[in-house]
Amino acid sequence: MIEHLPALMVAVPLFGAFTTPLLKKKPSAAALWALAITAVTLGLGVLLVMEVLTRGMMVYVFGADEPGLVLPSGYSVPIRIIFEVDAMGAFMALSAVLMSFIGAMYSYSHVKLETGLEKYYALLLLLEVGILGMVLTGDLFNLFVFLEIAGIAGSALVGFRNYRGEASEAGLKYLIVSAVASLMVLFSIGLLYGQYGNLNIAYLSSQIGFNTVDMIALGILFASFVMKCGSVPTHHWVPDAYTEVPSGINPVLLVATYASLYALFRVSFSLFGTISLSMSSVGWIMSVLGVLTMFIGVTMALVQKDVKRLMSYHAISQTGYMLLGVGVGLTVLNDPAKLAAFGRDAMAGGIFHIINHIIYKSLLLMTAGALFYVTGTRNLNEMGGLARKMPYTTVAFIVGAAAISGIPPFNGFASKFLIYETSYQLNPLLAIFAMVTSVLTLASFVKVFASAFLGPPVKRYENVREVPKPMVVAMLILAALCILFGLFPNIVLDKLVYPAVDALLNLNGYQTWGGVL
Amino acid sequence: MNNLVLVNLPFIVVALLLAVGFYTIGFKRNLIKVVIGVEILEGAVNLFLIALGYVKGAYAPIYTMAPKEAANNMVLPTPQALTLTSIVIGVAVSALMLAFAVNIYRHYGTLDVTKARRLRG
Repeated sequence: MIEHLPALMVAVPLFGAFTTPLLKKKPSAAALWALAITAVTLGLGVLLVMEVLTRGMMVYVFGADEPGLVLPSGYSVPIRIIFEVDAMGAFMALSAVLMSFIGAMYSYSHVKLETGLEKYYALLLLLEVGILGMVLTGDLFNLFVFLEIAGIAGSALVGFRNYRGEASEAGLKYLIVSAVASLMVLFSIGLLYGQYGNLNIAYLSSQIGFNTVDMIALGILFASFVMKCGSVPTHHWVPDAYTEVPSGINPVLLVATYASLYALFRVSFSLFGTISLSMSSVGWIMSVLGVLTMFIGVTMALVQKDVKRLMSYHAISQTGYMLLGVGVGLTVLNDPAKLAAFGRDAMAGGIFHIINHIIYKSLLLMTAGALFYVTGTRNLNEMGGLARKMPYTTVAFIVGAAAISGIPPFNGFASKFLIYETSYQLNPLLAIFAMVTSVLTLASFVKVFASAFLGPPVKRYENVREVPKPMVVAMLILAALCILFGLFPNIVLDKLVYPAVDALLNLNGYQTWGGVL
Repeated sequence: MNNLVLVNLPFIVVALLLAVGFYTIGFKRNLIKVVIGVEILEGAVNLFLIALGYVKGAYAPIYTMAPKEAANNMVLPTPQALTLTSIVIGVAVSALMLAFAVNIYRHYGTLDVTKARRLRG
């Protein structure tokens, strides 16, 4: 069974997605079924990560034993759909399965009173399928298909509360961005296919010779994935989508956004890896985009009154840290001395920040969802004095806010510190911007804490109580993960993050499928 | 010269369609027109894929009772399979976009993108 894990990771949630609508009459049964499916996928994901970390890269060929078609002349060429799972893909898959599970658990109470829940859970599982397919696949066209699945499922979920006009507006924005981005991805896939006659990433990357058409393809792919991962200047869809989506979906939607970031890294390091001599300018573009993203995101967050919108702008600003960390690594990719000195650590910081950010931003958005659940409003000016009424939510919020502001010993500190240290060695200005952003982040969360949780009790909320148990449990799991990842960052770095970084850097291993070919 | 234009005609059309699609998405104010812009882009990309796969004088792909001279002279089926997949996905995307547009019209009473803007700031 172990060798079929990559296929099962996609097949199990897909099966769940198509069986959930059968439970139309019993919404809570649909919720439990989705929870069970995500739990099974979580188990499979843990198994996959363990397998990949101990045995190395897994290559799964659909419909055959051998990845290549060998012609009588001895010419071997990959023709089938191939899943290629290295430590980086396994890392992203673990984030996806974990967050889908937490999201399904949180949704059990959070959306209980809505209608059409069987569709909601089916779309949740479909979104998980899209993310897992994107991060596990080794085929460019397959990447496009899963990108579209994630985009369609995600935007349908953003517009789930269709009795609100705003939800449809946000959903349409997200869908147009994702449709245009993925069509452009398809266009550049066509450019690459026309030249090299193959769709396999590993095969293409060994063939690529960086002529003008390749440069155009790289530019289009880079721009599309940057657009999908919510970096400045195409960040406008992020606050709308994250605000309007039900809070249970926020974790999964965050991972879907970072799956595009993963695709961006995959394109930069693996697909165009052989031309790394000229990659330093791409790395600089990525770093500068990262700095701009973090700074613009946080300054726009400071003036928000809507609590979820504020946190969504922080999501933009935190994406900047990941772009900065990995961009610094990409800048010095062709300089072995600098790469060993700080490039590898910078990438580790960026990639570690992905999972840290997914954990604490999901936690924060869930606390915002809890506030919305009990008060019925997201406006900070109308809240107040909720700390006594909702102790668990308050604790969860404090942990999340401390983690996002980079306060030790929470997990945000561990990854941000790596990024400060390493980006300083490339250019001190980058590190200064990163630190200023961190301070501004703390400032805006002090504002949220003061206006929502502290202050005199508001009469309207005299009878509010703590949110139901599944929501509390989901938030406390994430809060515990925040503290654990912050207390023992070395374990996570050694077991998960550095293998992922080395997988990105190990182009040769990727091209030969870990020695299979 | 004339031959060069004729051979590259599909690609010229692709470039034109891409330009028209991006213009429509960027500058039209009616939501339905924006959706049509995305559809035009999709048509451009699909045409591009089909034009890539076409080989003059070659035989149709996966042709079981093919004559002998077709042995090394068949078009690759991959671009056509890609296009079919992309068309199916495109139908889903446009259906969802139009559903959103209808819902927006119901709530806002307008399809003008400059007026249907409650989410801002």
